[in-house]
Amino acid sequence: MSRIDIQSAVAGTVWQITAEPGARVGAGDLIMILESMKLEIEVPAPGAGRLSLAVTEGQVVSVGDVVATLEPV
Amino acid sequence: MVQTGMFHKVVVANRRAAAARVIRALRDLGIRSVALYSDADRDAPYLAEADEAVHIGAAPAGASYLNRDAVIAAALAVRADAVHPGYGFLAEDATFAERVEREVGRFIGPSPGWIARMGHKPSARALMAEHGIPVGGGSGPLADDEAALFSAAERVGFPLIVKPASGGGGIGMVVARHPGELAAAARRARSTVRRAFGSDSIYLERLVERPRHIELQVVADRHGAVRTLFERDCSVQRRHQKLIEEATAANLDRAVLDALASRVAAVLGGLGYDSIGTVETLFAADGSVRFIEMNTRLQVEHGVTEAITGVDLVATQIRIAAGERLDALLPATVVPDGHAIEARICAEDPDRFLPSTGVLEVFRPPSGPGIRVETGFAEGNDVTPHYDSLLAKVIAHGATRAEAIARLDQALAGFAVAGLHSNIPALRRVLASDAFRAGHTHTGLLAEIGEKQA
Repeated sequence: MSRIDIQSAVAGTVWQITAEPGARVGAGDLIMILESMKLEIEVPAPGAGRLSLAVTEGQVVSVGDVVATLEPV
Repeated sequence: MVQTGMFHKVVVANRRAAAARVIRALRDLGIRSVALYSDADRDAPYLAEADEAVHIGAAPAGASYLNRDAVIAAALAVRADAVHPGYGFLAEDATFAERVEREVGRFIGPSPGWIARMGHKPSARALMAEHGIPVGGGSGPLADDEAALFSAAERVGFPLIVKPASGGGGIGMVVARHPGELAAAARRARSTVRRAFGSDSIYLERLVERPRHIELQVVADRHGAVRTLFERDCSVQRRHQKLIEEATAANLDRAVLDALASRVAAVLGGLGYDSIGTVETLFAADGSVRFIEMNTRLQVEHGVTEAITGVDLVATQIRIAAGERLDALLPATVVPDGHAIEARICAEDPDRFLPSTGVLEVFRPPSGPGIRVETGFAEGNDVTPHYDSLLAKVIAHGATRAEAIARLDQALAGFAVAGLHSNIPALRRVLASDAFRAGHTHTGLLAEIGEKQA
């Protein structure tokens, strides 16, 4: 298993971070919610791992920006 | 107070397509128009279409189009005697409407009391129920109290939908299929609603499976006259937001629709509604009909009603606000002329419906017989994440529904958009589907077509 970078699929802002940094997450667990064009875009974990965050709430993100990383556990 | 003099100068408190539409109506009526714009709309074509343009703030809506102080300051600075809110933003903000009437002049919409009355959805439901309009199962407003939430849900029954008590645009609506989903659904709805509308009051409605969204166009004046101008079927939706709307509704009993329309007109007439507005209902598969809410404003999809009735709803709304009488504004009888369908072209990918931003490197709206396009964008404009994803509305009018579908599909096929993703392929998949062609619309149709495609 290797490190997984989670990228933003939209340009927008980080509205809410819903998972704890350092937490072990499983595939599908909600990590954060982004906002773009008045919509909330959920960012689920694509796999399992230990979460580290690359953004803070309110931060502006572009398409492809890494918003979080999952380290193998 | 009934004001009968026509306005001299109107501030249009909106942006892009909505602003352009209102500016056009004002120009047709010989009224001076003032456009407002944020940092993100400096490049917008509607600014040149207005007689004046005033910068009101930074790109985020809270700093510009939702900033009551900035809009009112602009209206005072240009000495406007009325404000038209368009749709969205401040169109259903009772506090704003009251301030406009006190500090500027006329708010082009209903008397502000109506906005508060209908803007609180559980109260609007109660009001309609009291006057004999069916509302279906639902709760009153619920404060943040888990015990009250669960006992209300037990009375309403599952599946149900959690909705914001004050809100709109499909924002903050979350389905709970069984009690195990309720707490999370309510939490999610409240957090969205608190951020979007500044209040965390929610209510519950029994979920209707695969309903048709049918809404009635109401036109009322300030002298007690109320009429309706047929209905629109707005069932093709994603995320509780409309994508395709048509007038009139296909495959519904005209007698049932007419009876509903007369009942609604009688109730609103009795209560003294005094502008244009839309009564939204759900038609369930078992034939039952229920009121869901009333929008006290111009609707995004007003164009399909205009196409089949020949009535300019925006000009009518402005003239009503100036005190004119309905019998002078509408013909004695309105017979629907053919069929009209609107498609909302949005900046989003056509499969997952994720927002897509960027520069419109190519943007060439179509034209053709029976085709009307409403847009606020031009080639080279930047589509930002600050506002909703609507790029344009394409309205096709035909002698029959089949002709309207054919014209719309041809127009969409010829609509060139590049530089970002648009939902045009998804719209065309709906138009090509057997279910849509047969007029078997329901609010889950788009998702079902997407699943078939996947």
